[in-house]
Amino acid sequence: MTATQHEPGRTGRGSDAPASTKPRRRWGRPTLYTSYGQEMALLNTRAKQLGVLAIIAVAAYLPLTLEDDLLALLGTGLVLAVGAIGLNLLIGYAGQVSLGHAFFVGVGAYTAAVLAGDPDGRYLGFGVSEAPVWIVAAGVVAALFGVVVAPLATRLRGLYLAVVTLGLVFIGQYFFAEWREMSGGPGIGRESAVPVVLGNDLTRDGAYTEEQKLFWLFLVVLVIMALLGRNIARSRIGRAFAAVRDRDIAAGVMGVELGRYKLIAFTISSFFAGVCGSLLYVGSGQFSPEQFGLLLSVQFIAMVLIGGVATISGSIMGALLIALLPRLSSELPAFLPFVSSSPTDHPNVFEVEVGLYGALIVAFLLFEPRGLFGIWLRIRTYWKSFPFSY
Amino acid sequence: MSAPQTVEQTEAQTVEPVLVVDDVRLTFGSVTAVDGVSFDVRPDELFALIGPNGAGKTSVFNILSGVYRPQQGSVKLHGHELVGMRPPAIARLGMARTFQNIELFANLTVLDNLMLGRHQHIGYGPLAALAWVGKARREELAHRARVEEIVDFLELTAWRTLPVGLLPYGVQKRVELGRALAMDPRLLLLDEPVAGMNQEETEDMARFIVDIRSELKVPMIMVEHDMGLVMDLADRVLVVDFGSPVATGTPEQVQRDPEVIRAYLGADA
Repeated sequence: MTATQHEPGRTGRGSDAPASTKPRRRWGRPTLYTSYGQEMALLNTRAKQLGVLAIIAVAAYLPLTLEDDLLALLGTGLVLAVGAIGLNLLIGYAGQVSLGHAFFVGVGAYTAAVLAGDPDGRYLGFGVSEAPVWIVAAGVVAALFGVVVAPLATRLRGLYLAVVTLGLVFIGQYFFAEWREMSGGPGIGRESAVPVVLGNDLTRDGAYTEEQKLFWLFLVVLVIMALLGRNIARSRIGRAFAAVRDRDIAAGVMGVELGRYKLIAFTISSFFAGVCGSLLYVGSGQFSPEQFGLLLSVQFIAMVLIGGVATISGSIMGALLIALLPRLSSELPAFLPFVSSSPTDHPNVFEVEVGLYGALIVAFLLFEPRGLFGIWLRIRTYWKSFPFSY
Repeated sequence: MSAPQTVEQTEAQTVEPVLVVDDVRLTFGSVTAVDGVSFDVRPDELFALIGPNGAGKTSVFNILSGVYRPQQGSVKLHGHELVGMRPPAIARLGMARTFQNIELFANLTVLDNLMLGRHQHIGYGPLAALAWVGKARREELAHRARVEEIVDFLELTAWRTLPVGLLPYGVQKRVELGRALAMDPRLLLLDEPVAGMNQEETEDMARFIVDIRSELKVPMIMVEHDMGLVMDLADRVLVVDFGSPVATGTPEQVQRDPEVIRAYLGADA
């Protein structure tokens, strides 16, 4: 009596199914599924498939049209999006509030810089130059730190967990600052990892500029990480996260081990943070310990809240908005003459920028709790039912 | 004289009880919630647990599912001692339950809630989930098919893809029953399955409970205040009052028991 067929043995469209039995999708019936495989696919409507393809195509084309400084900013947004997805898996899906994300980003950044660093240079380095290697390594090392931290944090919940993870940021900053051989010390910093992909140094301008090549690298990494994030979210693991978040006693009675899934959430989230950290300062070429402070953690939380809690696409939108915020506020003096671009005058663009973070978080929590993703949902629903309002 | 006795004994041995609760006692400080409760549940049996408000019925359920740990006594499911085990481990042994106040995952769809019931039967780990292709996808598809059978069984088709929080109360109760059934339970605990339901919803739920017993052959323990339902459906009834067992027997025996009448209606009745 179910709307769709069910055959436990042979379930739908798979690579093993003969080509002739491959179900065809029909235009005009986007939610007509003839197999569970179709319905459970990542992009389960034609509109989603084409839409995501179009967005990726436009993003891949951007470097050919935009100026390098804007491109660098957007590239940073893409890298931040990886970290935001990681934090959203932890906060949005698993419901574990963490202020310690900056610490794991820092671990990733230093792992990458140390691995890729010049062995004969001033700071610690092992000369592993291939970017895919140190990107993955940075993720893995950060994930290991996540494993170590998780048991402490899983004994607490809510506000207490937030405070404990806050402590993590300060401990991390202390170690980053004091281990000068690795980090270069506060205020000085060290060089970041130089991205080399298959022997090509991306920081050298060739047929394309450094910013263009880095943007493409970041885009590829983000697409891969977003895919991994979505897979986790729709899997048994993601469902268990949601169970732990929504009702932990019922989750236990259903056979979900709370501690285990909090540990997995921290580990995966830290992996994403590590990958984000490894690439975050590649564009600027230099970073110092104080960059992994509370502000970075708060920015990540802002990305999650503004983008949309428990959504992957929302995390990306939130990260891009936060990354573009300094640029947006620097354009303000043209529209608002009383805002000065000089740091000595008041009010200046830097003050406005800090104020905007807070204002955005407050405004979104009050008026659009589902974030940018919620705004997208409204637009979509409006056009789906157009010209009727319901 | 001795021959019929041995026949009865061997019969009793072959019908081994699914669950044996022996002299369980649970206290919170100086309050005794459950005091010396003992009963057993046989295969295919619908066992009812009744008593006035605050008698300790839900506390018994919480002991069975591992949420509370009793100070004394033993609980054995198919011979496994449950006291001291944590809820997920008890769930893996085949204990499933519903809750008095619905404990569904309100943000998830009906299908996802049921898939969470399958959690312990799905085997792939985090790395397979990251990659999705291969093992994770295969298992998701197979268990999705199993979940659709439950959707069909409980007539939840129309609500499958809606978030549970948006559904009417009676349907939510049914989804919760479905989530417990998705666990492929060897013993099902129903905590007030028809509480707050109107006549029609109550009859629907009663029919599902009868179907579970006759088609799925899952033994059940039911806590319920609707006496009509209990007396119609239950094979045996245990009456508790102030945490202590008052009487055990068939619905007819229990209804005639003077102690039970006193517990429900007061001493002078």
